[in-house]
Amino acid sequence: MLIYTLKRLGLAMIVMVTVSLISFMLLRVSGDPAISLAGEGASNEEIEFVRIQYGFDRPLIIQYFEWAGRALHGDLGDSPYLNQPVAQMLRERMGVTVILGVSALSFAMILSIPLGMLAAIRPNTWIDRVALSISVMGQAMPSFWFGLILIIFFGVHLRWLPISGSDTWRHFVMPTIALGYYATPAIMRLVRSGMIEVLASDHIRTARAKGLRWPRILFKHTLRNAIIPVVAVAAVQLGFMLGGSIVIESIFALNGLGNLAWVSISRSDLPVVQAIVLFLSTTYIILTFLADLLNAFLDPRIRST
Amino acid sequence: MSALLEVKHLNVDLNLPAGTLHAVRDVSFSVEKGKTLSLVGESGCGKSMIALAIMGLLPPSGICSAEKIAFEGLDLQKMSEKKMSTFRGARMAMIFQEPMTSLDPCYTIGNQLVEALTEHKKVSAREARDRAVFLLEKVGITGSASRLKQYPHQLSGGLRQRIMIAMGLMCGPSLIIADEPTTALDVTIQAQIMGLLASIQQEFNMGMILITHDLGVVSRVADDVVIMYCGQVVETGNIKEIFNNPIHPYTRGLMECIPVPGKTKPGEKLGSIPGIVPTPIGDLWGCSFRSRCSLATQECAARGLELIKISDKRSFRCINPPVTIADA
Amino acid sequence: MPPVETQQQFDSGLGLEVVFPTPGQIMRRRMLTHKGFIIGGLMVLAVFIVAIFAPYIAQHDPYHQDLSNRMITPVWSETGSWEHPLGTDAMGRDYLSRLAYGARISLFIGFSCMAIAAVIGISLGLIAGYFGGMADMIVSFIITVRLALPAVLVAIAVVALMGGSIQVVVMVLGCLIWDRFAVILRATTQQIRAMDYVQAAKAAGCSIPWLMIREIMPNLLNSIVIVATLEIGRAILLEAALSFLGMGVQPPTPSWGLMISEGKDMMLFDPYLVTIPGVALFFLVLGMNLFGDGLRDVTSPEGRS
Repeated sequence: MLIYTLKRLGLAMIVMVTVSLISFMLLRVSGDPAISLAGEGASNEEIEFVRIQYGFDRPLIIQYFEWAGRALHGDLGDSPYLNQPVAQMLRERMGVTVILGVSALSFAMILSIPLGMLAAIRPNTWIDRVALSISVMGQAMPSFWFGLILIIFFGVHLRWLPISGSDTWRHFVMPTIALGYYATPAIMRLVRSGMIEVLASDHIRTARAKGLRWPRILFKHTLRNAIIPVVAVAAVQLGFMLGGSIVIESIFALNGLGNLAWVSISRSDLPVVQAIVLFLSTTYIILTFLADLLNAFLDPRIRST
Repeated sequence: MSALLEVKHLNVDLNLPAGTLHAVRDVSFSVEKGKTLSLVGESGCGKSMIALAIMGLLPPSGICSAEKIAFEGLDLQKMSEKKMSTFRGARMAMIFQEPMTSLDPCYTIGNQLVEALTEHKKVSAREARDRAVFLLEKVGITGSASRLKQYPHQLSGGLRQRIMIAMGLMCGPSLIIADEPTTALDVTIQAQIMGLLASIQQEFNMGMILITHDLGVVSRVADDVVIMYCGQVVETGNIKEIFNNPIHPYTRGLMECIPVPGKTKPGEKLGSIPGIVPTPIGDLWGCSFRSRCSLATQECAARGLELIKISDKRSFRCINPPVTIADA
Repeated sequence: MPPVETQQQFDSGLGLEVVFPTPGQIMRRRMLTHKGFIIGGLMVLAVFIVAIFAPYIAQHDPYHQDLSNRMITPVWSETGSWEHPLGTDAMGRDYLSRLAYGARISLFIGFSCMAIAAVIGISLGLIAGYFGGMADMIVSFIITVRLALPAVLVAIAVVALMGGSIQVVVMVLGCLIWDRFAVILRATTQQIRAMDYVQAAKAAGCSIPWLMIREIMPNLLNSIVIVATLEIGRAILLEAALSFLGMGVQPPTPSWGLMISEGKDMMLFDPYLVTIPGVALFFLVLGMNLFGDGLRDVTSPEGRS
């Protein structure tokens, strides 16, 4: 178990370094930060001056190591646009996005796990069809459009919920649904197919031959086995949702990381964008690492390898 | 004396895309207390379906109908699913073919053993655990107290099958159904497990249905034998009668496939039955074995071929038997 | 007395007359009875027809601004007219014409992103699945790194830095969404490689390219087509999200995502500006997904799962 954990941790570290390197290079190669920093209509001399002052003229790899070294100490540089430390900006905005991501994942799980289970227990009934429709439609619905429809219906027509801002929990209801709905199909399909597979397995037949009662067969023996792959997918989905919050946050004017990323991209504030990409990747890697550990806890077969 | 289990005119149909498969056709037999009945036949002849039908564990596509499935005098067919589950595991237990996949990988052996008892009887955790340790030792597992903490994947197939047997015994059932319990195991382990089952059955005085395709095994442990072919009973009888005087050409064919100590000479070729088992889909009539029987005549395709009863237990389904019945 | 029978009749009572359908027959029968497959296929076909015949469907130039005819509502509302069946937008452009030409954009982006993703993903998946060992480790690592990068954010940032055009969007999205191809192809190749007939061909001395093209690829075709349909849907949705945020295809191109974005400001008064392109997106992606899911059901050996 310890070796397993250490191995995973080592892998996570290497992935971290690679991801940070790629995102750094990608953003640098895509555009010239000096041009955008110097502002529109700047002369060549001005751009050159900015380039040298910020050290953009040195080899990329050296710039990367400098940036990564400082990032390790929690210093993500300053936003040249706002003259603020990026780390501080991130800290201020993080809360909203994390709340949104976690509540969206909870919403998705609360919706998809019971529905997936019911669909698996009663295949080809109306409940199975409802579950299937939700999953098929959810995959095809653009989340930003779904958000807009929610605003039109609940915000404007019914006036039940506020349509923008992040002051109270009521502000989070629609964004949570819009973002969470995106993860629902994947989780529900997995729960459904996992439950069906486990229900048809030999050890469930054994459990029935033992005369176990239905709830115990369902929750103790079936769900426990079927939920193992769901853990990994839920972690991945949470990572995707944090990344995808850029769209939802911009629709509902939530003051989170996604919104910050969007604003920073539109004004070419590269250090902020880089920091957010790094932050989201790190979160994703930590989440999948935790999911691996949780899986090992749930599945004794992984634990002993 | 009333039988422990009495099955009369059992039919099981499976609805498949290609049509209705008549997996079990008009099968009747009974198991007496403390006796072993063996169901013998090639793969796919409906043996397992009979076991699952008795336990009420048929797959959703399976439809079961019978005049009577009486267990300890109660008709299992009329029982609700809830009532049935109080019988399963408690009064009758089943051991499956695949020990590798028949245990839940997520829970320890101890957990799964104890659960089999606590579901049916109000006993303390301590008592249940003691019972599990006692039974593990009974099935020949050493260091049983520490085994309880192990997970299925840490154990070999033979050990898992022993655990399945112990699990079946947790509530002290009066009937145990073993569905090809040794097929998935190494040849060296097969004899051990078979011997274990036989001695356990004797010791706990249980009725047993042993499903197998291995007549060699049958000759050692069974009291009564039901030979099945293509979902039908082709011959039944006491073990001695069947082995000494097989009547049905299929039974005779099976006999020729196994070496008999004293009779089979070294170097002698064992027999085989040519052809394949037909698929019992659609409208069926006549003797099912006729496509592989060297003695088949046109009469063998006649409809309404009944079992011919020659004594209380002995019957066969053949209109043209290769031996005269007087011999048998 | 039993009737005299010929040998053929003789056997028929044994169930020997049951003719099992060939896999091809089973598949054709399943295709014709699978509702999702048929409906999804028809939906995609409908969008294709609209895209091909866009010049005939469009009664107006999709780029022509007519400020005297702004915000005409669709024909089903009180003020609508058949002159502009789906109304006009804030610039007075005919909505139906823009929608019809938008189908071309969405389909083009969907298919070309999928093609790029397929080339990358299939190569990686084949290499990892066939060679295993070190190659597998490296490819798995690349997949992990790719998944750790927040796709939406990176896509938006890179497109914004490089300047939004259809070509850039296609390149960036294509290079980001190959992960599912790689993951699924890797797993399937591993399975097929272990099969006896592949081993037999290998033992017979077939070269690696021959093995891959003749023995392995034909068996991967199903998985590839299924993943491809899902990836087309995903690319279309991503493009729409990018364009919606203003970081994708640039105005005045009639991209559906862009149309939603442009209609967003007016959506409280004229919801049709948002709902119409949204429904179109939903319709196309839903059709793609239904078709892909259906294809998986009809080609899988055990039927629908």
